[in-house]
Amino acid sequence: MYDFAFHKPASLSEAVALLADPDARPISGGQTILPALKHRLDRPSALVDLSGIAELREIRREGDKLVIGAMSRHAEISADATVRAAIPALARMAGSLGDTQVRNRGTMGGSLANNDPAADYPAAAMGLGATFVTNRRRIGADDYFLGMFTTALEPGELLTAIEFPIPEKAGYAKMRNPASRYVMTGVFVARGPAGVRVAVNGAGPGVFRQAEMEAALAANWSPEAVAGIRQSPDELNGDIHGSAEYRAHLVNVMAKRAILDAG
Amino acid sequence: MPSVSLTVNGQRHSVEVEGRTLLVELLREQLRLTGTHVGCDTSQCGACVVHVDGESVKSCTMLAVQADGSSVTTIEGLAAADGTLHPMQEAFREYHALQCGFCTPGMVMSAIDLVQKHPQGMTEHEIREGLEGNLCRCTGYHNIVKAIAAAQEVMHGRREALAPAEA
Ligand SMILES: Cc1cc2nc3c(=O)[nH]c(=O)nc-3n(C[C@H](O)[C@H](O)[C@H](O)COP(=O)(O)OP(=O)(O)OC[C@H]3O[C@@H](n4cnc5c(N)ncnc54)[C@H](O)[C@@H]3O)c2cc1C
Ligand code: FES
Ligand code: FES
Repeated sequence: MYDFAFHKPASLSEAVALLADPDARPISGGQTILPALKHRLDRPSALVDLSGIAELREIRREGDKLVIGAMSRHAEISADATVRAAIPALARMAGSLGDTQVRNRGTMGGSLANNDPAADYPAAAMGLGATFVTNRRRIGADDYFLGMFTTALEPGELLTAIEFPIPEKAGYAKMRNPASRYVMTGVFVARGPAGVRVAVNGAGPGVFRQAEMEAALAANWSPEAVAGIRQSPDELNGDIHGSAEYRAHLVNVMAKRAILDAG
Repeated sequence: MPSVSLTVNGQRHSVEVEGRTLLVELLREQLRLTGTHVGCDTSQCGACVVHVDGESVKSCTMLAVQADGSSVTTIEGLAAADGTLHPMQEAFREYHALQCGFCTPGMVMSAIDLVQKHPQGMTEHEIREGLEGNLCRCTGYHNIVKAIAAAQEVMHGRREALAPAEA
């Protein structure tokens, strides 16, 4: 790892000022950026630690929305009574990603800023039609995810909170890579204020919506409704872990399981 | 150079570090607490697990500066002053839960956090799932799981002492 300056601001405005330097990077849980820096994939001049900013750690229900501060850690989200009551599938997801130690440090904001195609939260945020709140603006889920490791966030822009409309039903199922334990293919389904949404992660270069399944589930919310829908393998990932055809098949299997998970 | 003040195994330290110094490097190289191991550079093996303010973390994936003001417990801090082993250490010994021992410090630290977070007790399956972040290349995990199952009974006060392991 190359050396860098380290700052731990106590307020958002201070953090934003420090991140005006184009070579400075935010660090939340560090569970992605530190392994990357160890491999010298980046050479930041400074790391700006967001863990001292209290407002980024709030989790609260606001009417029909669940608001999760970007700096909330996976373990906190999975154990939080408000999250478990409002969107149990999201709490279960937070408790099922990575391992105990990763969950004790890693954060929702860090994961969604990183947008790893094999990460879990992008499926929930897309499937629930979340709104991304930054220090500059609000971005809808359909405009936020721009493909592999790419989001609508601009240099120096910080994710501060994610707002999830509370669904009537939501469920998630994933096939984990047996070695890395990241998502090979996952499907998040939700029915609620944002309509019926089906989001697929792990399978493609980024999270995407499955429109055919959404239409079928809007008419008939049951695993049978999607049983005959075949995901095309075109543009899906094929690698040593599984072919694009295998991942396409998994989309169908995971969708059925996600509907059962939603109940 | 940044300076870090932290408590390690009950002792206060103030140390100069670089921004990039990892917590595990501070522990091993500056404080000479070499019980905490490094088994990978991908944050996957768990050999480096320590407790920071009571939570298990991978000390290879946390900067020393991030531990400023924290209280850290390493494998060296578990046994009592008179050398009496922590029930988890005792269980690993009794149940032959190690072979080469490289993964053991991390396993023990993760296991203690797991047991503390499950006061109602864990099934064998839950113990296996809870060890997701710790890899062992020798034992096949079987005896590690048995040791944790036995230690949780003692740690939760449901047994006075460990049941002897079957041969
Ligand atoms: C062994 C292991 C297994 C894992 N398994 C899984 C898994 O199964 N599923 C899964 O989803 N993830 C998994 N992860 C990733 C983990 O969830 C990370 O915690 C997460 O991807 C990044 O969150 P972080 O808080 O650690 O981010 P950091 O590493 O601190 O930051 C990640 C990136 O986001 C930027 N950033 C951080 N916060 C903000 C912000 N508020 N605004 C803008 N940019 C920001 C940083 O500059 C950096 O580029 C795993 C990680 C490890 C080490
Ligand atoms: S040394 Fe492998 S996870 Fe820390
Ligand atoms: S005992 Fe050798 S790695 Fe676990």
